[in-house]
Amino acid sequence: MYRYDQYDHQMLADRVAQFRDQTQRYLAGQLSDAEFLPLRLQNGLYIQRLAPMLRIAIPYGMLSSRQMRKLAYIADHYDKGYGHLTTRQNIQFNWPHLEEVPDILEHLAEVEMHAIQTSGNCIRNTTTDQFAGVSADEITDARPYCEIIRQWSTFHPEFAYLPRKFKIAVCGTRHDQAATQVHDIGLYMVRNAAGELGFRVLVGGGLGRTPVIGSEIRSFLPEQHLLSYLDAILRVYNQEGRRDNKYKARIKILVRETGVEQFRDKVEAEWLTVKDGPMTLTQDEVVRCRGFFHDPDYKDLPASSELLKRALGGDVMFAAWHDQNVSAHKRPGYAIVTICAKKTGYAPGDLDAAQMQFIADLADQYSFGEMRITHTQNVVLADVEQDKLYDLWQALKTHDLQADNLGLLSDMICCPGGDFCALANAKSIPIAESIQRRFSHAELREIGKLSLNISGCMNACGHHHVGNIGILGVDKKGEEFYQVSLGGSASNETALGKIVGPAFSQDEIPDVIEKIVSVYKQQRSGGEEFVETFNRIGLDPFKAALYGDKSNSRAPRQA
Amino acid sequence: MPASSEWIIKDQTVVSNSWRILEAEVGVDELADMEQQAIIVPLDFWLAERSTLQARKGQTGVWLDSNEKPGSLIVDSAFDINDIPLIAVNFPVFSDGRGYSTARALRQNLGYKGDLMAVGDVLRDQVFFLKRCGFNILMPRADQDAEIMLTAFADFKTGYQASIDQPEPLFRRR
Repeated sequence: MYRYDQYDHQMLADRVAQFRDQTQRYLAGQLSDAEFLPLRLQNGLYIQRLAPMLRIAIPYGMLSSRQMRKLAYIADHYDKGYGHLTTRQNIQFNWPHLEEVPDILEHLAEVEMHAIQTSGNCIRNTTTDQFAGVSADEITDARPYCEIIRQWSTFHPEFAYLPRKFKIAVCGTRHDQAATQVHDIGLYMVRNAAGELGFRVLVGGGLGRTPVIGSEIRSFLPEQHLLSYLDAILRVYNQEGRRDNKYKARIKILVRETGVEQFRDKVEAEWLTVKDGPMTLTQDEVVRCRGFFHDPDYKDLPASSELLKRALGGDVMFAAWHDQNVSAHKRPGYAIVTICAKKTGYAPGDLDAAQMQFIADLADQYSFGEMRITHTQNVVLADVEQDKLYDLWQALKTHDLQADNLGLLSDMICCPGGDFCALANAKSIPIAESIQRRFSHAELREIGKLSLNISGCMNACGHHHVGNIGILGVDKKGEEFYQVSLGGSASNETALGKIVGPAFSQDEIPDVIEKIVSVYKQQRSGGEEFVETFNRIGLDPFKAALYGDKSNSRAPRQA
Repeated sequence: MPASSEWIIKDQTVVSNSWRILEAEVGVDELADMEQQAIIVPLDFWLAERSTLQARKGQTGVWLDSNEKPGSLIVDSAFDINDIPLIAVNFPVFSDGRGYSTARALRQNLGYKGDLMAVGDVLRDQVFFLKRCGFNILMPRADQDAEIMLTAFADFKTGYQASIDQPEPLFRRR
């Protein structure tokens, strides 16, 4: 993974000193709340319902064991002993004290980490597919380009006070696991007819109040023009994005109001003024950045492992986990393991300090000391020898990390919701748990691949719009209700879910999900996944099952 | 409208301010009273009264509000933007980031070499980025402390990006 040189280290040291000074001036009353607000947000610091929340950047999800141990240390010393993985592949802590945040940042800087631009109206952490570099069928490893974008976007002097937040994803795998199409800028790595590498550029995707799938503005951007083109898009947005209404300030609204073609023309015109200038990527820089993501020291192994075969035959529980949580690796004899942080009884995406320590140890022992955080709030060990999978699984059990539900209904994306977040209309963690408790493991496996995403408010941190089943917490006259949508997808065929009807009370939700699943099970044909059945039969059978003949006219029952 | 202050920071040094910023509704008589004075007029006024302004003895700059595009200054193809001694960009509130793009566009796209001044809600914690985007003069908000403002130029040793004060991005220098 990327390693800092003296410039990167200096930049972080300067940042820590700057934020320490800003915090001191704020606490001394020399900075107003309004003046301190964007400064603290650009260091990931929110003031939340119960305490400040600090979001720490994990650039494109890559994490070393040393860094993970530091996160465990922070959880133990500055928090209540746990952290929450986020949909931007970051981690957030819910209990730090404002005065201690500069110290936390100093700890992070020791291991080349920070909280820069994890919030605020600026360019956020660039995300990618968690299988980048190890996927059997990728076009190219996106991580070097993510790192190039990370450096370009870090303290970009022109784009620190954008109309609104700005999210970029880069996807180099064929099977998109990065929700690329619902980003402000989505970049797909492609090769042109001559075999040259470049990017297909989408703009104006996003979730939140107004979910939109990004529109293509360029089918092929040669790789060397990456930064000048991004600069041009951001400049058009910074100048023309709406600043009169925060709900209309994202680039998706600008693109819609301007029209895709006209927006593209503006970008291209702006781009011509900087194209082929100093921002043009040098081959040296591309090679330098690629060098950080070279293959680890893989052994030459046979394509299939006898040890693994025996273990699979001898232990059904292991076989179930292997079936669900282990993916194909590009190297013979290796496998990609996803540790699913969605065990029933734990808040989705939460890890406690002991688990963090332990996962770091496992990464050292089994996966070259590195791991990746996924946007679905899980942890990947990307380079595990197949021979060692059984040992690894047994080790996971000692720390309650053996959940074998990856990709199943209980592997939900879930925001912290009303238990923590000041913005939330409704709780989300108890909803997740009530659903998880409703289905047995055998039922979940029988249902198969199904994404269920929960957001506690329309800011959509839980990506409910692109869940096969989406649940959105809404406030109705001071009471918490849940609106259900169906048919969303964050895959290569990204789709926005359709609202099924009037919202439900918290108590009704497990029944609602069960009824939805029953319709699917009755109607599916062959090996259809949930979303395929939905696309074929549409919303009506689900409506009928949920609302009967009162469909659409029923007022929500009081809880 | 931004207020004029007693001091400004020019090229990282505190100096007294001789520029007076004018509002849109400046009358001809008022203008005549300021014949020798260095003034900064709003874009609309500057566009409408160019010949009057050119005849003045004192220097005349122009200020752009955050929603005004630098391209508006190019009145015809014969016009040389470097004939303007000073262009000011207003920050109605420090979190309105349009002025950063305005500055960079003036320097980079329009080749403006004259004095570029940030005015309005100009605060200590934005100084470093303002400088990087090409502002060489800052007219801080009235409550700002000059000494504290000056420390901001040392917030960072360098930056990753190509910028006006460092046209080569770090990857071409490291």
